[in-house]
Amino acid sequence: MDLATTGLTGAAYWLPIVWAVLAAAAIFIYIVLDGFDLGLGMLFLAEPDKKHRNIMIQTVAPVWDGNETWMIFGGAALYGVFPNAYATILPALYLPVLIMLFALILRGVGFEFRSRMHTEQTRNLWDIGFCLGSFVATFMQGIILGTLISGIKIENNAFAGSSFDWLAPFPLFCGLAVACGYALLGATWLIWRTESDLQATMRRWAGFLSLAMLGMIAAVSVWTPALHATYMQNWTTWPRILYVAPVPVAVITLALVMFQALRGKTSRRIPFFCALGWFFLAFSGLGINIWPYIVPPSMTIWQASAPPASQTFLLVGAAVLLPLILSYTAFAYHVFRGTVNEHSESYH
Amino acid sequence: MNPEFILRYFLHTIRNNVLNNKYSLNIYMIRPKKTTHIPVFSNRSNPVTGADALFLARLQFAFTVGFHIVFPAFSIGLAAFLAVLEGLWLKTDKQVYLDLFQYWLRAFSIVFGMGVVSGLVMSYEFGTNWAQFSQKAGPILGPLLGYEVMTAFFLEAGFLGIMLFGMNKVGKKLHFFATCVVSLGTLISMSWILSSNSWMQTPRGYAIEPGTGRFIPENWWAIVFNPSFPFRLTHMALAAFLSVAFVVGGVGAWHLLRAKRSGNQPTEAVKVMFSMAMWMAAIVGPLQILAGDAHGLNTLKYQPAKIAAMEGDWNSEGYAPELLFGIPDMENEVTNYKIAIPYVGSLILTHSLSGKVPGLKDYPKDQRAPSYVVFFSFRIMILLGVLMAATGLFSLWLRRKGALWTNPLLLRAALFLTPAGFIALLCGWVTTEVGRQPFTVYGLLRTTDSVSPVPGASIGFTLAAFVAVYFIVFASGIGILLRGFAEEPHQGETGPDAHHPQRAASMASAVSDTAAAGHTGSGE
Repeated sequence: MDLATTGLTGAAYWLPIVWAVLAAAAIFIYIVLDGFDLGLGMLFLAEPDKKHRNIMIQTVAPVWDGNETWMIFGGAALYGVFPNAYATILPALYLPVLIMLFALILRGVGFEFRSRMHTEQTRNLWDIGFCLGSFVATFMQGIILGTLISGIKIENNAFAGSSFDWLAPFPLFCGLAVACGYALLGATWLIWRTESDLQATMRRWAGFLSLAMLGMIAAVSVWTPALHATYMQNWTTWPRILYVAPVPVAVITLALVMFQALRGKTSRRIPFFCALGWFFLAFSGLGINIWPYIVPPSMTIWQASAPPASQTFLLVGAAVLLPLILSYTAFAYHVFRGTVNEHSESYH
Repeated sequence: MNPEFILRYFLHTIRNNVLNNKYSLNIYMIRPKKTTHIPVFSNRSNPVTGADALFLARLQFAFTVGFHIVFPAFSIGLAAFLAVLEGLWLKTDKQVYLDLFQYWLRAFSIVFGMGVVSGLVMSYEFGTNWAQFSQKAGPILGPLLGYEVMTAFFLEAGFLGIMLFGMNKVGKKLHFFATCVVSLGTLISMSWILSSNSWMQTPRGYAIEPGTGRFIPENWWAIVFNPSFPFRLTHMALAAFLSVAFVVGGVGAWHLLRAKRSGNQPTEAVKVMFSMAMWMAAIVGPLQILAGDAHGLNTLKYQPAKIAAMEGDWNSEGYAPELLFGIPDMENEVTNYKIAIPYVGSLILTHSLSGKVPGLKDYPKDQRAPSYVVFFSFRIMILLGVLMAATGLFSLWLRRKGALWTNPLLLRAALFLTPAGFIALLCGWVTTEVGRQPFTVYGLLRTTDSVSPVPGASIGFTLAAFVAVYFIVFASGIGILLRGFAEEPHQGETGPDAHHPQRAASMASAVSDTAAAGHTGSGE
């Protein structure tokens, strides 16, 4: 870290750090917001009852557009703030990124199209598209994350690996882990926002998915440090171990709260926030691992950065606009709050 | 601010200004030293990319942008139309405006959705297909895109839910506010994206970093308000409004013709819709021709090589003819099968008969845009623009005669021109983007030096997938839109519905719903 920053002072040193934190926050907000609606999509076909499917859709129909906008923001911010990372990661992950985009297209229009179909068959087809699109998009996000953690080969400031570097055990496992995690977010979101039968079904799903997710968190935690020596150091050297030791403890505490809440019939919100808690812990764990690299193992946030003039220009806007965006997003959620059931008219 | 930065900035400004005034700008941009830098990230030696990969990357990008661009344009025009309709409803309390609002809102939800998903692709495709371009121009264009997302996309998405589904959750006033905000969002978004596109055509306010070839922002004001931006923005905004005017007019004409054929009186809603569309055509159509002319003069000033390619002119000359037709031959430097009107070329471009127009031979062969593409795309755009303006003016005349809703020629013309706005818009886009070739950043960064190190096979595979996915998605979407348009706006129309597809058929529930929508206050 010290090597990479030699000679950088003032804005050129601090701006990338500020932006790295902001970017991490934006990615986490994306996970919080889009995670459950992708997860809901994955659980869509598991629910055979058409009325239930409509209810599921209705819990996210007014807000999914905004959720997905955070992904567009991620792309744009990376492009403007860390252009070298943008120009390295995207060619390196060309196929997974594009497959993810195809999947997001299918599921995005599925929202609108399925209710406009006149026959049962075409409607079912778009239901399948919606579910499959949600799964593939999520799986690819996991693969992208996994490949990034495994490291991307760079020569001369450009991607120098092969087209299929991402087709390896660790990225594929990450794909499954993220899919499992988003499905859990989806299930717990539905526990919060729905009632009776559908809610009971989702409680069962959430229990099963929680167990699976705990297993996968454990597996990734053991697997990741084995990938690179520097990752290992983050978790085993003194005093760094002090920062990370509470993480496993927190994961287990959340698990206790989660299972308690799932067994009780009254708590509707707690499971969703427990699942988010797991995501937060896993996400910050990974952040600690790769810091200060943005494209491990060789490109740091400073090497990836746009000139300070670009970062400052966008930072001024972000400082003013992001709080505003968060507040009107919260307002939109507030307008459509409350549980949805088959008797609640659609939004008219 | 450190002193060195200020000094550099002043030197740069002075240099730019002096040069701009002294020579025509293109000489400064196309010819001298600045064209031959950018050594560092160049990957021409990289074996995985070649001419094929570049061609496929361009084809894929053009295909995806071409599909995308139609939907934001549709959203821009339609959102403004919806805001006007809802405003009229609130002001006059006439049911017909609410019916029309709900009718077009259903289309809007589809159009907007398709715009979002195809736009999502764009925000990553700069990196997947144009990595070198992103590295070099990212410091300038990335923040502009970032601002677009923060000031427009979030705004639209945040209020879209309320606009689509919130009528009886938030009350009339707040709902109208949401509609206006969505419309405003589409306009803001257009401004940012056209600013960045214009910067690629007429770059200003930058310096080039020695060693890396990156564009470093020096003056954001100059970057955003670069010379072609105001012209391009006006031209595009009018194009979006005109496109939607002809979609609305076409749907109206279809129902007027159908009513006529079956011997029924057309409904109030259909008449209002057609009348509003024709007002728009009559006003915006001629305005667009003026705006296009101004944009053309701007292009002549800053990108004369593009004008030469658009006109198929090889020699720079005064008293130049305007070619109605011809087939430009880049190899032999000649335009064959010409049909020309004497002097009109100079007249249109310079507003004088003797004015000198540029010729392609003024520029080295490797700096010429493919004339055989832009020559035709430009002419198709002009033809459609003139037809649309003429239709608008014709409708004014008929309106005075009281034959607006009955004249078969106008109705058929309006029906025939339903997609004309979009076709003209796409042709205009092809003209300006292909006309910028062989550069991505005009005069400074070549398209061949912009591409990603991705093998042609990957791009070919994803191009095929794009074609397949877009065909399914957009064919379905357009099918849904057309099916919706085939129905007349009903009294007590319902808007987009999260899960009841055939609600419009059930009159009783529709009416009671609208009543509720009209009179419920806020809250649950």
